[in-house]
Amino acid sequence: MQTELLKPTDRGLYCPAGNFYVDAWKSVDRNIITHAHADHARMGSKSYLAAKEGEQVLRTRLGSDAQIEFQRYGEPVSVNGVKVTLYPAGHILGSAQIRIEKGGYVIVVSGDYKREADSTCTAYESIRCHTFVTESTFGLPIYRWPNPEKVFEQINAWWRSNQEVGKASLLLAYSLGKAQRVLAGIDSSIGPIYTHGAVEKLNESYRNSGISLPSTTYVGEVDAKQTDWTKALIIAPPSVMGGSWIRRFGKLSSALASGWMQIRGTRRRRGLDSGFILSDHVDWQGLIRSIEETESQSVWVTHGYAEVVARSLVERGIDARTIETEFQGELLEQQSEASQTEEATDG
Amino acid sequence: MDDFTKLFWQLDGTTKTSEKIAALEKYFKNAEAADAAWAVFFLTGQRIRRLIGTKLLREWATEEAQISDWLFEDCYDRVGDLAETISLLLPSAEVDLTTPLHSLIQDKLLPMRELTVGEQRRWVLELWDQMSQPQIFVLGKLMTGAFRVGVSKQLVIRALSAYSGVESTVLAHRLSGSWNPSTKFFEQLINPESSETPASKPYPFFLANPLKDGPEKELKEPQNWCAEWKWDGIRAQVIRRADETFIWSRGEELVTEQFPEIADCASQLPNGTVIDGEIVGWCQGESRPLPFSQLQRRLGRKRLGKKLLTEVPVALLAFDLLEKDGTDCREHSLEQRQADLAKLLIGLSTETQEGQSLFPNPEPDSQEPAIRVAPPVSESPLMTWEAMANCRTRAKELRAEGLMLKRAGSIYQVGRPAGLWWKWKVDPFTIDAVLVYAQRGHGRRASLYTDYTFAVWKENELVPFAKAYSGLSDAEFRKVDAFIRKNTKEKFGPIRSVTPQLVFELAFENIQPSSRHKSGIAVRFPRISRWRHDKSAGEADRLETILSLASDE
Repeated sequence: MQTELLKPTDRGLYCPAGNFYVDAWKSVDRNIITHAHADHARMGSKSYLAAKEGEQVLRTRLGSDAQIEFQRYGEPVSVNGVKVTLYPAGHILGSAQIRIEKGGYVIVVSGDYKREADSTCTAYESIRCHTFVTESTFGLPIYRWPNPEKVFEQINAWWRSNQEVGKASLLLAYSLGKAQRVLAGIDSSIGPIYTHGAVEKLNESYRNSGISLPSTTYVGEVDAKQTDWTKALIIAPPSVMGGSWIRRFGKLSSALASGWMQIRGTRRRRGLDSGFILSDHVDWQGLIRSIEETESQSVWVTHGYAEVVARSLVERGIDARTIETEFQGELLEQQSEASQTEEATDG
Repeated sequence: MDDFTKLFWQLDGTTKTSEKIAALEKYFKNAEAADAAWAVFFLTGQRIRRLIGTKLLREWATEEAQISDWLFEDCYDRVGDLAETISLLLPSAEVDLTTPLHSLIQDKLLPMRELTVGEQRRWVLELWDQMSQPQIFVLGKLMTGAFRVGVSKQLVIRALSAYSGVESTVLAHRLSGSWNPSTKFFEQLINPESSETPASKPYPFFLANPLKDGPEKELKEPQNWCAEWKWDGIRAQVIRRADETFIWSRGEELVTEQFPEIADCASQLPNGTVIDGEIVGWCQGESRPLPFSQLQRRLGRKRLGKKLLTEVPVALLAFDLLEKDGTDCREHSLEQRQADLAKLLIGLSTETQEGQSLFPNPEPDSQEPAIRVAPPVSESPLMTWEAMANCRTRAKELRAEGLMLKRAGSIYQVGRPAGLWWKWKVDPFTIDAVLVYAQRGHGRRASLYTDYTFAVWKENELVPFAKAYSGLSDAEFRKVDAFIRKNTKEKFGPIRSVTPQLVFELAFENIQPSSRHKSGIAVRFPRISRWRHDKSAGEADRLETILSLASDE
């Protein structure tokens, strides 16, 4: 029974009983979306089901023509007789875990998730299940997130010290989720905040969803030569580095807010002035704790260090296996580049 | 410890020289002399003798982190730095340990050497327990090896000079050789007045820049340049002062014990003599040095056996004189220094001072002293670039790497300033080879597959023959990395075997037969010279081709 409820296919995870996919990467008839990031929410499916909280955001990504049914967290819906319920994943606004139940057997697909506090989305909720399908982007014990409050203090201090030496502060953050989380976390009284177009578009979606963010100005709206950038914080997607877009700011200090910044080599290779460890994914401890809390008998690991996590779980006596995704494991370079390209096309 | 840790992360956090110097200057200003001395010690690339094997540190960290050995290895593979891996895995304190750097080293680290393994473990765990993550990382660096934080010795010297007002050449001299990091040392280092020089002190080496585009373009008039062979050996300074002899390698390691023939010959030199030259292996009666691989057998040994001393006798091919009659003569002209050098060496005999030959010598007449003037490129001065280029083509016959071009009339400078000394190496050997294995790099490249093994054809089989880590741009490395991830055939631990498809031109300096390698050859200094997009794996070179290049050895 359980083996038939959900199975990995070359289009994504498929539920034969309900005839739907979860985060399919090819066109399918019915696609349930965990969240709006490009590697999970692909255009081209006939119809979608997603969390109501992320309506504005997903519309920005998939367009107004897409056939999307929105469902509130915790409210079950029947898809061809299979009970489907979305629960918050705490990753970004509207991110969901997909709980799939039939004949008393429960599978939960986590999508991407985190356990740290984030005022821009509903917090992760633990759900008991028989099979848990988990991400493993940061599935190595070297990844251990600092308290986000401390990280925001570091960002504030960096911004202030750049102001003192007359440099603009360019903070790179993924335009969907991370950028808004940073905005909500920093001290906006330090100076004016400007945004890249890709970020501003999603700020708009967040604000329309009732998330409170400090006021921001779209860089394209002001005359660069007339603007004093030396006091400013500019939030932009990582893809702007190395391009001509950043030239307008004159002297600047650049930093990236990302979980990858935990590793010194990654930080140095990026050629950035600073790195802040801020991730929207679970760290190792959070991953193991979350898996244990589901009390599941079997775990499928995907997206990231799947092999490492599965092997560790087996050592802990948990039945675990890896499942393939189009984004082959541990491809941090490609993943970040993929999201960068996507963001670059967003403008 | 907290100030030093902060300094480390500041240096690590910027690529700008001016900011690094500012951070160093500020540190020296505020630090206690005893701490500053240790900071200089580590930042100039020196290290304390290994306290505890890295195997034990790994073991303890793995236990403390409560993870399996294989998981530690996977983490290390990802991070690419042992000290950093340990710091990220251990549960760390929220607060910093405030013990001063010198007390940490002198009271907590150095005494560990006398302890039993069990006690060492207890001491290390106690330190880890009290430290924050960045401190655990820096501690690991102190214990396991030199820092690589993008700070050169030259940069530290510039910062010290900016802070103390002492000239950088004076600082370089005071910092060369071996010294004890102490309050007294640091105070003398930055003292504008003090000038005493211990007998062992070498001068900083004058280093050459590579000549890229050929001499006509860069150097203009040939008559302004003197050509010498660029020998393939170990650059060294031989010092005779106060009836003692010291031999320093370019890495500023004291290697006197390793070259007794040279040390013995040097005892005939007058006190107050410093000679610069190249140590090579050279058998009596031969017209050229032994291959570098033979000389290598003499290195890193605790004891030199009689057999080795007979098989690989060494000589110093002297080419410069830095101190004469106790006076620094580096400001004399090149020609003057070399003339004085020749005069000085003329009187050396092969006999030791005790009147006994060090080695039984069957043909006394053919013996040359272990310290001798380097054989000239040509008996008569070379007047044209063409004449020099002709000589250069003979370099491989003499097992030399090419020519050195030195500006006529020039003084002996410090470090690698542009313009006066050039190395004009013979073109390297090149071979087109196929990428067959890949491994992640270290440090900056830890997340990319940048360490490659290359193979050439032997009949219908690809035989691995060289590893190379450098030569591609960051963008090219990214592309190759993406290829590797998509075309992995098998994984063996951190190593991936890759579909043989990409062809690269490898450059290398030398080829030696080797019984340790499956291919039967070992190449020296292999590096990637370019990516041959135009070639398929089948068009790569064959092992026979490489062997034919090696035939003259």
